[in-house]
Amino acid sequence: MRRFSLKSLISEAFNAHQGWERQWRTPEPKAAYDAVIVGGGGHGLATAYYLAKEHGLTNIAVIEKGWLGGGNTGRNTTIIRSNYLYEESEAIYEHAMKLWAGLSQELNYNVMYSQRGVLMLAHNSHDVQSFKRHVYANRLAGIDNEWLTPDEAKEFCPPLNISPDLRYPIVGAALQRRGGVARHDAVAWGYARGADAMGVDIIQNCEVTGFRRDAGGAIAGVETSKGFIATKRVGVVAAGHTSVVMARAGLRMPLESFPLQALVSEPVKPAFPCVVMSNAVHAYISQSDKGELVIGAGTDQYISYSQQGGLHIPIHTLDAICELFPQFSRMRMLRSWGGIVDVTPDRSPIIGKTPIPGLYVNCGWGTGGFKATPGSGNVFAWTIAKGEPHPINAPFTLDRFRTGRLIDEAAAAAVAH
Amino acid sequence: MLLIPCPYCGDRPEIEFRGGGEAHIARPRDPQAIDDQAWAEFLFYRTNPKGLMAERWNHAHGCQRWFNALRDTVSDRILESYRMGEKPAGGGSL
Repeated sequence: MRRFSLKSLISEAFNAHQGWERQWRTPEPKAAYDAVIVGGGGHGLATAYYLAKEHGLTNIAVIEKGWLGGGNTGRNTTIIRSNYLYEESEAIYEHAMKLWAGLSQELNYNVMYSQRGVLMLAHNSHDVQSFKRHVYANRLAGIDNEWLTPDEAKEFCPPLNISPDLRYPIVGAALQRRGGVARHDAVAWGYARGADAMGVDIIQNCEVTGFRRDAGGAIAGVETSKGFIATKRVGVVAAGHTSVVMARAGLRMPLESFPLQALVSEPVKPAFPCVVMSNAVHAYISQSDKGELVIGAGTDQYISYSQQGGLHIPIHTLDAICELFPQFSRMRMLRSWGGIVDVTPDRSPIIGKTPIPGLYVNCGWGTGGFKATPGSGNVFAWTIAKGEPHPINAPFTLDRFRTGRLIDEAAAAAVAH
Repeated sequence: MLLIPCPYCGDRPEIEFRGGGEAHIARPRDPQAIDDQAWAEFLFYRTNPKGLMAERWNHAHGCQRWFNALRDTVSDRILESYRMGEKPAGGGSL
């Protein structure tokens, strides 16, 4: 792999940029691998990267039905934060947060991680109590989160309308200064490039159609649209399609898949300094480095794989944004889209073993998986390599729905779901 | 937005309704007789199909009654709706 550096950039500038190589290969699948990752999104590629880098497992493949980062990685609103309520969640999102901080250097690929701060608005006394509880819980866990008055929130985010005449006035806000955004595509591409350089085969346009089991019931390989691939370890990281893939292994999952919509405006000059989210009125907004306002809307109330969603959902969000930020009321929206999110009953992910030996799953990230990408891949790689969970993902078992040890983070997202 | 055929009121816009998720999930008749896994499957495990799905809807801002509908989760097209306790006309085994 040719490294990106000032020297390589200058030399290519004098070479009309003709010398850049492909960032990853397009191999045909081998007959057998030590492990196969199903799903070439951010989480799957990160898993392959850490399997190769930290566990020396380089005879592995990532199998992707479409193209790299063409699912939720390419469809999300790129927000990163770790201010969750429960210790289990704080541990995994903070693990990711620490990896985000050094990710561009680690991958030698600019993921454009920008710690511009995430502001969560409170509009009523219930919000105040809930967010202060989060602030104190986070501080106990060593995670930064602070409480701001409306004036302090306005100072941090000048476009914010803190008028008491708002239908739902702002009565305070929780701010995580280390929170921010990253370039979603670059995360997938950076991990793909890094994994490929260590020998990982990334196989696109290849769908897993079935699972083959040995006499003892353990995984013996996967059937794909490009033929059978033998392997004893399979990690399924298929986001919204986890239920579909796992059904091919004969497993039902505690998941429901919903379209989650997002939209972007026309690009404008820098006008918005941070990330703002509001659970109560459902606004979710930041400005990309390209200048677009990136806006997260809600999920539809019914299961769907349409990657589209109803128009009334983003309109509801735009109503709130025009009220909170009147300066954006005449912005034109360029495009909207939906990603399919797999939601668990307690709104926390499932990372670990399944009842089938050799079959591992990482799913259920719901509306907030992007922020966890490096941490999720890191602990899932450990789980697959060692056959046992990393201490951080040990609580996120499939079995918790039987034992009742739920990790109820339904209040942690700004998305009503 | 879906146009949902309430079996009592006719076609109405989706915002009048509340979705109830997968239909035809029967509560175990004797909860004491089943193990934790079976109870977890009743509470939490769902079919989540990519394709034909039977689901519950409540006409919250209309007649307020619950009913079932058959919908394709890929196209979001609703094939039919039917009252609680009834079987779908073309639903086969559903």
